[in-house]
Amino acid sequence: MIDVLLEFCDFCGTCVGVCPTDAITLEQVQLHIDSELCAGCGDCVDICPVGALERQA
Amino acid sequence: MTAAYDIIVAGAGPGGSWAAKAAAENGMSVLMLEKDREVGIPVRCAEGVSVQGLELAAGSVDARWIAATITGARFVAPNGTVIDAYPDDRGYILHRRIFDSDLAERAVQAGARLQTNAFVCGLLLEGGRVCGVRCRCGGRTLDLKARIVIGADGTESRVGRWAGLDTRLPPALMESCVQKTLTGIDVDPGRVEFHLGTMIAPGGYAWVFPKNAHTANVGLGITGEFAAARKPADYLDHFIETRFPGASVLAAVAGGVPVGPPLSRLTGDGIMLVGDAARQANPLTGGGIVNAMIAGRIAGETAARAVRKGRLTRHALSAYEKEWEKTEGRQCRFSYRIKQVVDAFSDEELNRTAELLAAVPPERRSAFQIFRAALVRHPKLILQAAKIFT
Repeated sequence: MIDVLLEFCDFCGTCVGVCPTDAITLEQVQLHIDSELCAGCGDCVDICPVGALERQA
Repeated sequence: MTAAYDIIVAGAGPGGSWAAKAAAENGMSVLMLEKDREVGIPVRCAEGVSVQGLELAAGSVDARWIAATITGARFVAPNGTVIDAYPDDRGYILHRRIFDSDLAERAVQAGARLQTNAFVCGLLLEGGRVCGVRCRCGGRTLDLKARIVIGADGTESRVGRWAGLDTRLPPALMESCVQKTLTGIDVDPGRVEFHLGTMIAPGGYAWVFPKNAHTANVGLGITGEFAAARKPADYLDHFIETRFPGASVLAAVAGGVPVGPPLSRLTGDGIMLVGDAARQANPLTGGGIVNAMIAGRIAGETAARAVRKGRLTRHALSAYEKEWEKTEGRQCRFSYRIKQVVDAFSDEELNRTAELLAAVPPERRSAFQIFRAALVRHPKLILQAAKIFT
């Protein structure tokens, strides 16, 4: 439900801190959103400092 | 790496290193795991710290840590009104990559073991009690046992959540930050700047922290409800184009700073949290280095006592929560109330307050004098101040 635009991502982990369902894994320069856990709330999209996350159309 | 330790610390920032150092000094076998390839890199920090705070937390200060010594602060209101203040306490702008690396070295000198490129991907649980970590290191997945795990894994912490501690912050209580280290600019190396206003950084502020006369960390943070409409990166580009046109960029980073009220639970059975993982940064300033180190020391000492007594329950570890609350926790709670008041100010109110303060001579602009002047001349602030102190 959420797209990660890796070319913009700084791998800072701000999204991980606000995710209500603990669906996001950040490991060095990898960011993965578990689609089974993701509730699609978009908090991560809102908080991202650089616009690297998008709600899927 | 052997498979069992008294204490495993997840994260080798200042909080993790100081926890590892304190635990090792108290006779514990300690393993500190760092997910990145190199301690201290990337630097996700504006690097400002108070001199008193750093001396309190670190004991002694190494000159190699210091980029610049700060004696003054400039506040710029939305309409451009400038307030210069010369607080009693001085500040430093650090070289975090040297600083973090040195603190980790000191932990190792005290007897801790450090492993970089080691990502904690889960906790080992036994009947609800934390008894170790699962770690990905060099392409292998390892289960490492520990009597106590200390989560110092930053804003993006998951260690606490895996242990059942609720550390999630709603976006309104997280500052979404970006920073560029600019060079080829002219700045006063003895003065930090804070720029306020909804056009610059709604729900936060922009900072200019000089590293020397021609290089500075220039960044800003805005809370989540504003970051949804326009990204901090866009606000920062606008600020830099206006304030430092033509500057070159040495480094650019993003990051999140927790700015909510302090958490009441920082421990569970076999688990403790410190630093940004425990949401211990000062909610008003966003400063977290000193708080993390103080918390790390208390947590490391408490963990060592608990292991020696063989009592690893939340009850035994909660001595850390109590000591934290008595020292920095109380200050964070107070700062959170001030932040709520400041956040409620409109640009117009900030401008009026700044104009009133501009009439106070700079040498009399101690925090108390500023507060008194504002209270006397700005009735609305009295009501809001009452909220701070009740």
